[in-house]
Amino acid sequence: MERAIVLMGCAIGAGLALIAGIGPGIGEGYAVGKALESIGRQPECKGDVTSTMLLGCAIAETTGIYGFVTGLLLIFVAPGIFMGLL
Amino acid sequence: MNVSITGPRIYFTIPILGGIPITETIVNSLLVTLFILGMCIFLTRNLKVRAVSKRQVVAEFLVETAQNFVNGNMGVRFSYYGPFVAALFASSILGSLLSLLGLFPPTSDLSTTGAWAVMVFVLITYNKIRSGGLGGYLLGFTQPIPVLTPFNILSELATPISMAFRHFGNVVSGSVISTLVYAALAAASAAAIGLLSGTGFVPAIVALLGCALLVTGLRQHKMLKKILGGIIAALGLLGVLSYVGIQLDIPILQVGIPAVLSVYFDLFSSAMQAFIFCMLTTLYIANAAEG
Repeated sequence: MERAIVLMGCAIGAGLALIAGIGPGIGEGYAVGKALESIGRQPECKGDVTSTMLLGCAIAETTGIYGFVTGLLLIFVAPGIFMGLL
Repeated sequence: MNVSITGPRIYFTIPILGGIPITETIVNSLLVTLFILGMCIFLTRNLKVRAVSKRQVVAEFLVETAQNFVNGNMGVRFSYYGPFVAALFASSILGSLLSLLGLFPPTSDLSTTGAWAVMVFVLITYNKIRSGGLGGYLLGFTQPIPVLTPFNILSELATPISMAFRHFGNVVSGSVISTLVYAALAAASAAAIGLLSGTGFVPAIVALLGCALLVTGLRQHKMLKKILGGIIAALGLLGVLSYVGIQLDIPILQVGIPAVLSVYFDLFSSAMQAFIFCMLTTLYIANAAEG
């Protein structure tokens, strides 16, 4: 019974942790939209804008990656630790 | 369905200091290091001033690119960080690209990226102390008001953690998603063969359709049609074989389709993360030296 509760908690927590993916999704979409706008205004800056946008996107992705790492820890590491405590 | 997402395997343990495990990460990192060392030795033999060889052109291009990157981001007075940043970049990108060979990429272990991040953190701290003195460095934590000291310490520690987790998370998310897609495709192809093999007639038609698509693709030189036609034809053929009674457990849908994912996660993401890691390294160090 305790094992089931531990596993259930970890699984629900992992699912909740991946909600963190929403933020970077919105943020990156916004950044790409702005980049497209600026390319539309100044098509000759396409290369510069694209590389800067990719860099910014990859950095904006960080919070989503935190959520993902937390989810991974909850699935693969946390059950072992909590089972050991029981 | 067997999905196995594991960390690095432990090959053996050296029984000193309480046991040092020799993992896949260590072995593959050494492989990458040896490869880089070999490339360096190979590319820089017989350097000449005139009548340069192709090898030397490649070597000069690589060194100049790295040096321009560092000079552009940190200024010429930090040009001695060029080799360090280039080494980080080469280790990172080659480490991530090892997954193309089916080996365990060292960068999908938090220890590797963590070690790099700690190196960068040491350099940042060293540069801060050198520019402002030890007192200035410690006083910097109480800026702008002393109440913020804990938050300043936290944000200082967040730098290496975020760098390590960003690189680690990107590589691992790629391999986790690829593994899941592979497993899903294996299940899907088993289900498709099972569905088709109810009669002998349907899979034969599917195989014929696939062959038609394949021939059209060959005529028009369209890669996508060739691949899809081949897969569908093989699927139909396996269905016929399964109806006849020969059970071949070949996950045929795994052919070709995951390559799209691989291009993004293995090639693009690896290059991107290596670039970002080096970019952040240079920016943080330059910022620390100025502050």
